[in-house]
Amino acid sequence: MYQVVVPGDFLSEETKRAGEGTYVEEGKVYASQYGIASERGEIKVVPLSGKYMPSRGDVVIGKITGISFPFWIVDLASPYEARLHVSALSGITREQIEFGNMSEYLDIDDLVVVKVMDVNALMKIELALQEDIELRRGGRLVEIPHTKVPRVIGRNGSMIKMLKEKCNCFIFIAKNGRIWIRGKEDDMDLASMVILKIARESHTSGLTDRVAEFLDSFRKEKERG
Amino acid sequence: MKEEIELIKDGKRLDGRGFDELRPIKIEVGVLKRADGSCYLELGDNKVIAAVYGPREMHPRHAQDAKMAVVKFRYNMAPFSTDDRKRPGPDRRSVEISKVCREAFDPVIMRELYPKAGIEVYVELLQSDAGTRTAGINAASIALADAGIPMKDIVSSIAVGKINGEVVLDLNAVEDNNGEADMPIAMIARTNTITALQMDGRLTKEEFERGLKLAMGACHQIYELQRAALVTRYNQNYESKKEER
Repeated sequence: MYQVVVPGDFLSEETKRAGEGTYVEEGKVYASQYGIASERGEIKVVPLSGKYMPSRGDVVIGKITGISFPFWIVDLASPYEARLHVSALSGITREQIEFGNMSEYLDIDDLVVVKVMDVNALMKIELALQEDIELRRGGRLVEIPHTKVPRVIGRNGSMIKMLKEKCNCFIFIAKNGRIWIRGKEDDMDLASMVILKIARESHTSGLTDRVAEFLDSFRKEKERG
Repeated sequence: MKEEIELIKDGKRLDGRGFDELRPIKIEVGVLKRADGSCYLELGDNKVIAAVYGPREMHPRHAQDAKMAVVKFRYNMAPFSTDDRKRPGPDRRSVEISKVCREAFDPVIMRELYPKAGIEVYVELLQSDAGTRTAGINAASIALADAGIPMKDIVSSIAVGKINGEVVLDLNAVEDNNGEADMPIAMIARTNTITALQMDGRLTKEEFERGLKLAMGACHQIYELQRAALVTRYNQNYESKKEER
């Protein structure tokens, strides 16, 4: 059984174990967010909602929203926009990219997989490009709240493993809640439908089993026509 | 001199309430799909919807604060929310109420976590029956929590007033229009910290203290309702019941 907490709820007196989603006042730990209290290791609140905040080392899917030489402006589904420098592209020298032709390499609305290299106090975000995952052809993007990402992955990756097998798709989950799916059209339909279902029911228990059941019955029905 | 209207009969108010009784409150969380957080709230005949967006990039840019998020609060009455059609758009009254409500949340929202960003709170009154700002603050509190905005606490709000010489809780429109005083307050129930207090009309020091005590007690009741609305939303039973329906 889990415990839903709201901001201001008393959690503990062990201030040394206070973690994310909490604050300490007068020697007591209180919740600072609406979410589910967790006492494993540190005392923290796993939020049920909220915006993604970039932190160093995160691998996320960004969308190019602007070009301002020598940077691409990248939207990370967070309150802050990030910038990607032209030098991040491999195999291209600085001289090859000029003021007018940046869009030939990455244009507005293109998706990129990027790694957050640094976030400073002014929320200036530095990115590095991860070119090993192709996000241009034959796939689609599904967006869910970033707080639901751990549920789509499941404990030790159980959920995502099952999704990949049963939906016959390549699925890449980024930390900011953007998910890239590649496969056959109706496989992708099924995968995105199931991912949205998981996000909707993320707070219920026994979800992995229910999703497995759902996928199996869906398949059976399809075979029957 | 205005003729005094009889607002209290046999120790009861016109709508049958006692002096220390709240109007019925109904709360629904997450009613708007496109907002980051939202809440629909009824306080008697007041009907209000609150929506929260953000933290997101602050526009206009010059209004950004390099150290913390900027909170924008808009209190707005729908043209059809009153007896006579209200001219749409912000007016002197709603601009003031917006400012007071925004400041009521100042001690709780952890703005320093989101430098340069903006948090927008929209409170729309669909139907009004006195005490709209308190209903708005209660709804905005829940919408802020629903949006996942880090806060130190939840703000609860209610008004007290004086009618026919008696200090009573939570005035309705008839009582407000014909009463002697109206005093809305907002507070953090857990710490008994008052975050907003206004007064219209006159109260003696003794009446003020009695009213404040009444309102603070009511804020604790409202806090419990707010908390329950947020908690039950993610109860498993709640979800399964919904499916059964």
